Amino acid sequence: MTLESLVRTSSILICAGSGGVGKTTTAAVLALEGARQGRKAVVVTIDPAKRLADALGLEGLTNTPSRIEGDWPGELWAVMLDTKGTFDALVRRHAGSEEQASGILDNRFYRNISGALSGTQEYMAMEKLYELHEEHDFDLVVVDTPPTRHALDFLEAPRTLTHFLDHRVFRLITAPTRGLVKAVNVAASVFLRSVSRVVGTEVLEDALAFFAAFEGMEEGFKQRAARVGELLAADETAFVLVTSPRRDAVAEARYFASKLAESSLAVRGLVINRVHPVFLPGSFEATRARATTLEGTALGTLYANLADFQEVASNEEDHLAGLTSGLSGTAVARVPYLPTDVHDLDGLAGIAGYLFGRTAEL
Amino acid sequence: MRVDPAQFFTASRVVIVAGKGGVGKTTVTAAWARAASMAGCSSLIVEVEGKSGLATAFGREPLSYEEITLHGGGGPLPEGEIRARALTPDDALLEYLRDHGMQRISKRLVSSGALDVVSTAAPGIKDILILGKVKQLEASSTADVLVLDAPAAGHAVTFLRSPRGLIDAVRVGPINTQAREVLDLLTDVARCQVVLVTLPEETPVNELVETAYSLEDEVGVALGPVVVNGVYPDLGDMTVDPATAADEAGAHLQPGEAAALAAAARFRASRTALQREQLERLADALPLPQIRLPFTFAAEVGPAEIDRLARAMIAEIEAMPSLAGERPGSLAT
Repeated sequence: MTLESLVRTSSILICAGSGGVGKTTTAAVLALEGARQGRKAVVVTIDPAKRLADALGLEGLTNTPSRIEGDWPGELWAVMLDTKGTFDALVRRHAGSEEQASGILDNRFYRNISGALSGTQEYMAMEKLYELHEEHDFDLVVVDTPPTRHALDFLEAPRTLTHFLDHRVFRLITAPTRGLVKAVNVAASVFLRSVSRVVGTEVLEDALAFFAAFEGMEEGFKQRAARVGELLAADETAFVLVTSPRRDAVAEARYFASKLAESSLAVRGLVINRVHPVFLPGSFEATRARATTLEGTALGTLYANLADFQEVASNEEDHLAGLTSGLSGTAVARVPYLPTDVHDLDGLAGIAGYLFGRTAEL
Repeated sequence: MRVDPAQFFTASRVVIVAGKGGVGKTTVTAAWARAASMAGCSSLIVEVEGKSGLATAFGREPLSYEEITLHGGGGPLPEGEIRARALTPDDALLEYLRDHGMQRISKRLVSSGALDVVSTAAPGIKDILILGKVKQLEASSTADVLVLDAPAAGHAVTFLRSPRGLIDAVRVGPINTQAREVLDLLTDVARCQVVLVTLPEETPVNELVETAYSLEDEVGVALGPVVVNGVYPDLGDMTVDPATAADEAGAHLQPGEAAALAAAARFRASRTALQREQLERLADALPLPQIRLPFTFAAEVGPAEIDRLARAMIAEIEAMPSLAGERPGSLAT
């Protein structure tokens, strides 16, 4: 399997990895390759660096994909994730009536959710992916994932959010009071009174009003979340791990790979960005020893410098060995440590050269 | 006049280290505490993201809510002790409720997940619980320096903005009081400063500049020096041809070595030039002193590497232009 065939055969590619390893750029390059192959591709970015966003024509949050014109047989579209807008659309979709929708959308507690409830951004990224895949005619949806504290938040996010929306204590309070439920209700009230002592009644009332307004929509949300989960596990969906060869990034990627395996989700691609060049194979210790012997000469300095880079390269290989050995059958690509950041389509095409084997590796 | 490191490290008791993911924020946190230790100041590192990197840097198991000693201190200098602990909103809440006579509901509030509901109702509550605990640690004078390893950059602004937001959202009661007290701490330059960490690369520099202005405008917190991680140390002139250098040194090159030595030298030179460009751009955009830490060529960041970075940090502090006695800076010049 090569990354090129992965792009050709998948409907959904999810780029995952820790912060600062080039996920957004990699996602854009994968979508661009889809367009070059003649497919209709869209990339969902989370928080692109400004110049890359400009290059992709992403000015502000629109929540609808914009088309990027270029010299390729297919189509390339890009959209920047608007967490709140996506959530709003989801609420409108599941609301029983116009009144119910606006009751929720105008609630102060609801307005806080997208910014304050952890996991919401992750879930909305997956929701957006589902929407683009199911309701638009894209052949390929490539999604960047948010830089999270725990890289797998987005896998658990649908469950976390539906659990939250279905919160038992709050549900009891807002449910119609009949018979037995009423007794439980009293206990819950005592509990909530204690909560209000800490945060104040105003804040709590907003929350209760939200849960009351949400009544009846939990089921729709749950079913939708279940379908999103199924799509992530489908054969047409592939995960692409993105990492740098640094120890901490690789450790996170390994953790990620093992968690995906636990959930029976396949890592089919591995992109290693920012790899240092190998100037001379062999042991850095020998070169370092030579540098020490020749210290004070120009040649000594040259050896000291070479030893530095041999050491980095050898460490990078050591770190990566543990990762790649566990990922047999995965398409792997290495991108060298490039002199400048990528902020235009030419830059993306340059990375594509490394990802799809069109550029000799260093 | 040379800056006295001990004076530098105690300019404010609380130091919040912030930066985007992947820039080495945790390494800088560790090096900062170690440098303070070398300057004779005791420190307590507070970790809030549940990552294990910090403990690894000192060759230890991941941190917990219980405090542990990472470095004993003492010795001939003498060095300051380094302790560390993790803080989580749940633990901080339990402690807060216990201290405020609400032990009865505390377990249930945490275990039922009601904290998620409450923190959505009043965004920033989780952050204020952490910052409130930091404020309490500051007041207890438990160490000369409190180094807080803050959440990653975008989140750091949200994190530090939490007291202002809460003062508006929760107008009375203990949360309001807590938020006011935390804001007093954050905006008092004699008590607290933020140290931003970046790499000498385009995107991290842009994001750091943006974060710096947001923090100053939206939080009003004082900014300490910027720490630039991963700067290639200057090895001196490497433009000489390897064959010529070998002749001069009376040495013999192995096959392939000449090309490798030349290519590696060119690579370093071009990287160094690019880094210098970014460092200058950063200096132009932000009128803050820079502490430049060397690139780590070694396999892992362990105690030896942290010592090396801490020594480099002290050298940079001593070389700072006449900051002696001054408080952390402001962007308004």
